Amino acid sequence: MTATAQQTGATVMTNVEAVRSTLHDALVRDDRVLIMGEDVGARGNVFLITKGFLEEFGPERIIDTPLAEASIVGVAIGMAMEGLRPIAEIQFADFIYPAFNQIVGEAAKTRYRSNGDYTCPMVIRTPYGGGVRGALSHSVSIEALFYHVPGLTILAPSTPADIKGLLNAAIECPDPVLFLEHKKTYRSVKGEVPAGYYTIPIGKADVKKAGTHVTVVSYGYNLHQALDAANRLEGEGISIEVIDLRSIRPMDKTTILASVRKTRKLLIIHEDNKFGGIGAEISAMVAEEALFDLDAPIRRLCGPDVPAMGYALTLEEEFMTSTEQMVDAMRDLAKF
Amino acid sequence: MAKTTTAQGQVLDRAGLSGEQLVAMLRNMLLQRQLDNRGFQLNRQGKIPFALGSEGHEAVQAGAAMAFARGRDVLVPYYRDLGLALGVGMTPFEILSSLFARDTDRNGGRQFPNHYTNKDLGVASISSIIAGHCTHAVGIAAAFKYRRESGRAVISPTGEGATSQGEWHESVNYAAVHELPIVFLVENNEWAISTPQSMQMRVANVADKAAGYGIPGVVCDGFSPIATYRAMNEALERARAGRGPSIVEAKCYRYLSHSTDDDDRTYRSRDDIEAHRKLDPVPRFEAALIDAGVLDAAGAKALRQDVLRETNEATDAAEAQAYPTPQSLYTNVVAGDYRPWQEFDS
Repeated sequence: MTATAQQTGATVMTNVEAVRSTLHDALVRDDRVLIMGEDVGARGNVFLITKGFLEEFGPERIIDTPLAEASIVGVAIGMAMEGLRPIAEIQFADFIYPAFNQIVGEAAKTRYRSNGDYTCPMVIRTPYGGGVRGALSHSVSIEALFYHVPGLTILAPSTPADIKGLLNAAIECPDPVLFLEHKKTYRSVKGEVPAGYYTIPIGKADVKKAGTHVTVVSYGYNLHQALDAANRLEGEGISIEVIDLRSIRPMDKTTILASVRKTRKLLIIHEDNKFGGIGAEISAMVAEEALFDLDAPIRRLCGPDVPAMGYALTLEEEFMTSTEQMVDAMRDLAKF
Repeated sequence: MAKTTTAQGQVLDRAGLSGEQLVAMLRNMLLQRQLDNRGFQLNRQGKIPFALGSEGHEAVQAGAAMAFARGRDVLVPYYRDLGLALGVGMTPFEILSSLFARDTDRNGGRQFPNHYTNKDLGVASISSIIAGHCTHAVGIAAAFKYRRESGRAVISPTGEGATSQGEWHESVNYAAVHELPIVFLVENNEWAISTPQSMQMRVANVADKAAGYGIPGVVCDGFSPIATYRAMNEALERARAGRGPSIVEAKCYRYLSHSTDDDDRTYRSRDDIEAHRKLDPVPRFEAALIDAGVLDAAGAKALRQDVLRETNEATDAAEAQAYPTPQSLYTNVVAGDYRPWQEFDS
């Protein structure tokens, strides 16, 4: 981990606990930090991330907003323009569409359109992703809708230690950050989190498993499946390198190219739709920079091009890429 | 309240404003009219690609600006707020730098004209997306309240068409629920490009919508700078004292087409415009001040000449400036170097 950590002991926690404790520490550390959104106060957020915050920090800092996503983001933009550090929550990523204008048309362009006169240092946190029986409107991945937008930073860490370091970096960031939390990893992923304040550089990927035969680039819940798949293939003598993107905009060219030039094979895995997804940009970059270093065509394993996963288990499972599919794809590419 | 008897025996209700303040409002109105004309002239001469006029809004904006507390309040203007921008301290040179898109424009020549920014004066940057900035105005007011900066308020102006937007509703509702120090000024000029008020709402007054938010809503004569000043001053004082938001609707008119790219002959009768021309706030306010003895005819003439001189000087000075460098396209995307692909020393 590339952290400026004060390594004074670590704690094991889940992803959701890492979000909670990092937010808590930020509120203690900096009185410019506010949390605002639907049901973040008395209810303590629908995943209980902010439970107890209202009692500890008061209604001026833990703000239950009216049920209106555009103004959750828009009011936070105004606060940021005026020097506060708001953390706006969109209850589910699927509900972010009413705020699209505020994120794309306003927050991402505040610094640019005023030529630096006004800035917009804010974080928009939102749980995304499927595999939790969330159906069409509680399961989507939204990153591809936003990663086309200059001025916006998009982070999608997948482990508790990365969540802490990148959420701290997001709060420090002088520009707007969209912070994506895969909800299936909230309680299913646990890990050690270093004590003390640290940040992880925005735009830096992390090699979660070193290998020599195939490079896999992933993030979110898929990352953990990819690590499982890679570990299974160890028994077959296939060595997979797994890169956790962590940051979607900006992305880490150095780590991806170094790995691809070593393994000469690239598999990109993400839950979001394949067409126009993050994998398309990675593929284009690798083709532009390292085509003649490749020994096989680039492969992508992604969500299918349907509007969303269904509520029925059969429909959800058909949408989500299984670990077995990942094992097969990695093996095929290794043998190419 | 100071009142002055006019030559015709009418009483000019000055709303507590000094002679100097009344003349300052008239000067602002004359300057708006002159700069508006200049923008359209420069466009017709092929010197600038686009201009927007505020003709008909002069009184609203001169009055509202007079109620603005410089150094404390913040203005989150909309694109037809030339007079508010001037009234809170922006200069004709800044306006013309924006019209000419020169590098002396504080936006760096990026924004359309009339999309001001001047953080030092408390003028917030906006986009062209109608009513999107109202939420930002609410956020700024929320920051004032959070930091317990009483005595500060935000002015969030729009036209009447903007009140159809969800974000206007969300803004007023949020401000009402959280009792924020903000005034939603609606400059009702009857037209949103080609769409009349009757196609925007069922109610006769935007101010009537205030009842739905549980806040005060007042209508004032937007052809009178004094009436608008009085309504805005009351609403702002209320906000600054921590008593929450309100809506002030100033009834005015848009004499010009929406912009230099619009042709209002396609949707609006000449009779409609002529009828409203009789209410033109600029000559009427000048005459009222002369009648009331605040200003004499010579003084009014000198004021008009001074405004023309200032406009001419600012035009020449702005036109002489350089365009932004092509390289400036790449700056201020985010803090520091902008690179969507990051490279590290490994």
